[in-house]
Amino acid sequence: MYGFEYERPTTLKDVEDLLFADADSRILAGGMSLLPAMKLHLARPSMLIDLSGLAELKGISVGPASVTIGAMTRHADVAQSLAVRNAIPALAELASGIGDRQVRNRGTIGGSVANSDPAACYPAALLGLGASIRTNRRIIAADMFFLGLFETALEMGEFIVAIEFPCPMDGAYEKFHHPASRFALVGVFVTRPTLGGVRVAVTGAGPFAFRAAALERALDSNFTAVAAEAVKIEPSGLNSDLHGDAEYRAALIPVLAARAVRRILTANPSFAKGSNYV
Amino acid sequence: MTLAGQILGIGVPVRRTEDRRFVTGRGRYTDDIRLDGQVYAAFVRSPHAFARIGAIDASAARGVEGFLACYTGQDLIDDGVDPIPCIWQITNKDGSVMKEPPRRALAIGKARHVGDAVAMVVAETPAAAREAAELIEVDYEVLPPIVATARAYDPASSEVHEEAPRNLCFDWHVGNAAAVQQAFAAARHVVSLDLVNTRIVANPMEPRSALASFESSSGDYTLYTSSQNPHLIRMLLCNSVLHVPEHRMRVVAPDVGGGFGVKCYHYPEEVLVTWAARRCGRPVKWTADRSESFLSDAHARDHVTHAELALDENGIFLGLKVSTIANLGAYLSTWGPSIPTYLYAPMLAGQYRTPAIYAEVKGVFTNTLPVDAYRGAGRPEANYVVERLCDAAARQLQMDRVEIRRRNMIPPQAMPYETPVGMTYDSGHFEKCLDRALAAIDYPGLAERRQAARTRGRLLGLGMSCYIEACGLSPSKSSGKIGSRIGLYESAEVRFNSDASVTVFTGAHSHGQGHETAFAQIASGRLGIPFDRIEVVHGDTARIPFGLGTYGSRSAAVGGSAIAVAIDRVIDKGKKISAHLLEADASDMVFETGRFSIAGTDRAVTIAEVARAAYIPHNYPLEKIDPGLDELAFYDPKNFTFPNGTQICEVEVDPKTGAVEIVRFVAVDDFGTIINPMIVEGQVHGGLAQGIGQALLEHAVYDEETGQLITGSFMDYAMPRASNLPNFEVSYHEDAPCMHNPLGVKGCGESGTIGGATAVMNAVLDALDDIGVRHLDMPASSPRVWRAIRDTTRSTNSEDMGVS
Amino acid sequence: MNIDVSFLVNGVAVNKSVEPQALLGPFLREELRLTGTHIGCDTTQCGCCTVLIDGDAVKSCTMLVVQAESRSITTIEGLAEDGQIHPVQQAFHEHHGLQCGFCTPGFIMSITELVTKYDDLSESRIRELVEGNICRCTGYHNIVQATRAAAAALKASGVSLSTTGGE
Repeated sequence: MYGFEYERPTTLKDVEDLLFADADSRILAGGMSLLPAMKLHLARPSMLIDLSGLAELKGISVGPASVTIGAMTRHADVAQSLAVRNAIPALAELASGIGDRQVRNRGTIGGSVANSDPAACYPAALLGLGASIRTNRRIIAADMFFLGLFETALEMGEFIVAIEFPCPMDGAYEKFHHPASRFALVGVFVTRPTLGGVRVAVTGAGPFAFRAAALERALDSNFTAVAAEAVKIEPSGLNSDLHGDAEYRAALIPVLAARAVRRILTANPSFAKGSNYV
Repeated sequence: MTLAGQILGIGVPVRRTEDRRFVTGRGRYTDDIRLDGQVYAAFVRSPHAFARIGAIDASAARGVEGFLACYTGQDLIDDGVDPIPCIWQITNKDGSVMKEPPRRALAIGKARHVGDAVAMVVAETPAAAREAAELIEVDYEVLPPIVATARAYDPASSEVHEEAPRNLCFDWHVGNAAAVQQAFAAARHVVSLDLVNTRIVANPMEPRSALASFESSSGDYTLYTSSQNPHLIRMLLCNSVLHVPEHRMRVVAPDVGGGFGVKCYHYPEEVLVTWAARRCGRPVKWTADRSESFLSDAHARDHVTHAELALDENGIFLGLKVSTIANLGAYLSTWGPSIPTYLYAPMLAGQYRTPAIYAEVKGVFTNTLPVDAYRGAGRPEANYVVERLCDAAARQLQMDRVEIRRRNMIPPQAMPYETPVGMTYDSGHFEKCLDRALAAIDYPGLAERRQAARTRGRLLGLGMSCYIEACGLSPSKSSGKIGSRIGLYESAEVRFNSDASVTVFTGAHSHGQGHETAFAQIASGRLGIPFDRIEVVHGDTARIPFGLGTYGSRSAAVGGSAIAVAIDRVIDKGKKISAHLLEADASDMVFETGRFSIAGTDRAVTIAEVARAAYIPHNYPLEKIDPGLDELAFYDPKNFTFPNGTQICEVEVDPKTGAVEIVRFVAVDDFGTIINPMIVEGQVHGGLAQGIGQALLEHAVYDEETGQLITGSFMDYAMPRASNLPNFEVSYHEDAPCMHNPLGVKGCGESGTIGGATAVMNAVLDALDDIGVRHLDMPASSPRVWRAIRDTTRSTNSEDMGVS
Repeated sequence: MNIDVSFLVNGVAVNKSVEPQALLGPFLREELRLTGTHIGCDTTQCGCCTVLIDGDAVKSCTMLVVQAESRSITTIEGLAEDGQIHPVQQAFHEHHGLQCGFCTPGFIMSITELVTKYDDLSESRIRELVEGNICRCTGYHNIVQATRAAAAALKASGVSLSTTGGE
């Protein structure tokens, strides 16, 4: 790994100042995306700004109709949180399936979302639930956040502070694992929000997470697994590699959506609310 | 951790001695070892699959703090270092010998695969070595590569070596072409298959590592290397490469974190750290990281095969002809040419009485990593051909796939049985293993389970492999006749200490197989002495007379037999000593459970008393025999051993995603005598996991245009996880000991890979049969299965399973 | 510029000055000579490097030493207490959950967290929860058995689960 400067600020202002002072500085959250990239020499920041000293970035709070998760909250903490399990069980379930147990003990929601790996799970949750990303400057709606391959709406000097998830009526996440990396080859998050129509968010299949409009329309008129599975997704623009070409991923999307719908309807997600889930 | 004072012999599932250090993190793997003043090597590896090597400029590298030296291939040539030899020479059909282009430790002239090392940097720290290596500038002239095995022999393909036109290393055959021709002429049915045995990477969890030092005052070298056979490394390194007398070289294979064959070979890095240690005057260490392992370890399998089976109207096999192109990679690896020839084709009879067999194999060079043995080494490839043909034949003739096998199986009363491809099987009850496996998997209940799966939207399939393997490598003379340049015996020294504790020195090497336990069991049982008074030493050429290491399921069969022979010599001597002590005749002495007694009496002495007498020879026949109780045996096996059995796999396929789940896996194995059933079962589990890995997950893929290895890390090369695998149901047939070695052991290490992948593929094809999928190559990964279903469904317009 | 760090390793205070880019796994091996933690890959997959950080299983190959500031690290060498082998270590030995031993420290540390934080572990759940550890030798069958045995042993000895009902 190449060398770099290292800072561990204790205030948000210090973080901003450091980011501005060095254009090649990067934020270090859990390190589960950044450090592997640096080890392979795919990333070479001049400075790492470690956010682990900022207590205000950790934690989960539940509001009347939403759950807010601090950017530095670990996947394991989201997965184990009784508050999340009760309010948005599908979100806790998604977190419990990210990477592996060791990765979940370090990786953070802020880090994952800011990185926007095309195969990461969280972006599907943010889009699927219609989350709001609170940065040090503004609030960005999830629909406006994921712009391209590893590209988000975050500007220079901007970083995620917390993410707010409106509580849906119900929802479920289905992930088809990449056999080697265990990321999402395709992951589909289906939600019936409290307000508004069905949301279907897809990760893994394209260069960044997106909403599958055709599935949303189909499920809006008929919220059944059969309706989901009948939808044809166009392969063009989807990822193609050894482990799944675009046509395959396009075929998986409605299948996974249908499974999510089935679980929602049987009200028996493989992930039960509030249980000692093991 | 074991019960003190107990005799623990053959057949006891003794918990392992070696565990103590491993579970407490006190293992000593090569990278754990640190020598005073050690420096670090990093390699400059070609980023191109095929390129002329021009100037190598180290000037930027020299500026790195800690940089010590940069060496190129020319430096080695100038210093009299020779290429790394291949230890098996194949003779072609026409009597000429195989092409043997040199394999230099650092490439000269051309880089021939991505990862081919062209320079070595030595520096004070690993980071400095890597940084400096990255700054070395090499002037490459890129050439168009050839990576596809099937096309290597095409006239239009690039030639990897000038001395090997059309990339042909050898063109070899075995069997009787005329007899096969006749068989096919008379046949009622001919079943034909085109099969690929996929290229895979062994990936033991410990990456390779080597650490060498040179003592200038004595001229002695020490090389620590994560190897399966330190003596062989010493032999090749000293005699063929560095030209150093063997007595000046100590090679130690300390704890080694898995081998599976890939750590048998004599690698460039071993040469280079050893040579550099002398040049630098400091110990030199190298440890691969995983990406580097993918680009420097030998790869495995990689066959393209056309096979045809001729049958009569009753499904009896009349003849088998096989034509294989085997990828050898860019250079000949240590054993490379032997794997797709003598370790492959002579097993094409399988468990069957096929009277006429002919196999021809072309070994080809390509711009890929050298290919060599990996658990099973040629025998999985043979099993895949034979057992896929059985299922295909059953399908074509509309026979039950079990029935077609039964009709052709070699019965036990036909043993010893000489096959048309040169093997003589010594023992085996093939049908018994088959029946037991069928009962275990509940074969009669298959139809019902299939139906039940259908109601859940799943396609259930059952697949089997009736396997047999030639193991216990191998008789030296006959191996020599077919091209081996080394012997394949094993040594054992059984040394009693004066307190009657015993040290067993073995030329085998344990890198997971538990020899420290199993070999101590052999000694404990055969000598009748407590297990915890026995130590097994392996892996150090300074302590062990000679050895050929561990691979080919030979350690118990050959290494264990050597121990048995040495023990018998100890007992012989002990009889003479005890006879003196008891004032009797040596011929009157009997030995049992640690005691020498005069036959028919209860006058006896213990082996401990005999040992003490041998080391304090006051009351002792010094005029007849020497003091001491320490016997050495070299054991050359009389034949291969033939472990065999039946493996049956049941899978469920989700047609909507192509995902294959293994529901059950049953194995009934004949390993002859089993020394430690717990260790043996673990070996079967591990082998099955690797077989399943190849069938469903693993694939080393090169981009055909650029020659880049696409699957160069665990992010793309799918290693089996616990969630990919089932529990394994393993049992043994124990009535057929090996007939030609003192322990009756056949060996077990490779059985899982030999039949495992085949059983899975046959199961997947069985699951997809109703839909009409007729052929599938490995890996049966989700997208490939999905596509096979979809392509077949589209062409037959079936809407059965709702596949879109 | 080096950073001063201080943390506990197996109960012993460690104070060092390290480069920011120093990774924890290699640091444990080279600086502290705790070579029981192994490096098996370079893409954070294999888990051979797993240690416990304040009881959490973490892949030490993908953590900076500076991130360990003020934390308490347990490596395989520190698992046995007062010479008493840990139930997970014992279970691996008893059930032949290891062959070459290279992945074993990582597995043992990972499973120590697993059996401490979860109860009622079914075999399929164990298999899912050890996806962060790769073994090439055992086929996992015996590792799963060892895990169940360790969990049972802990339960029998009355050791209570460490956190709020686990993940």
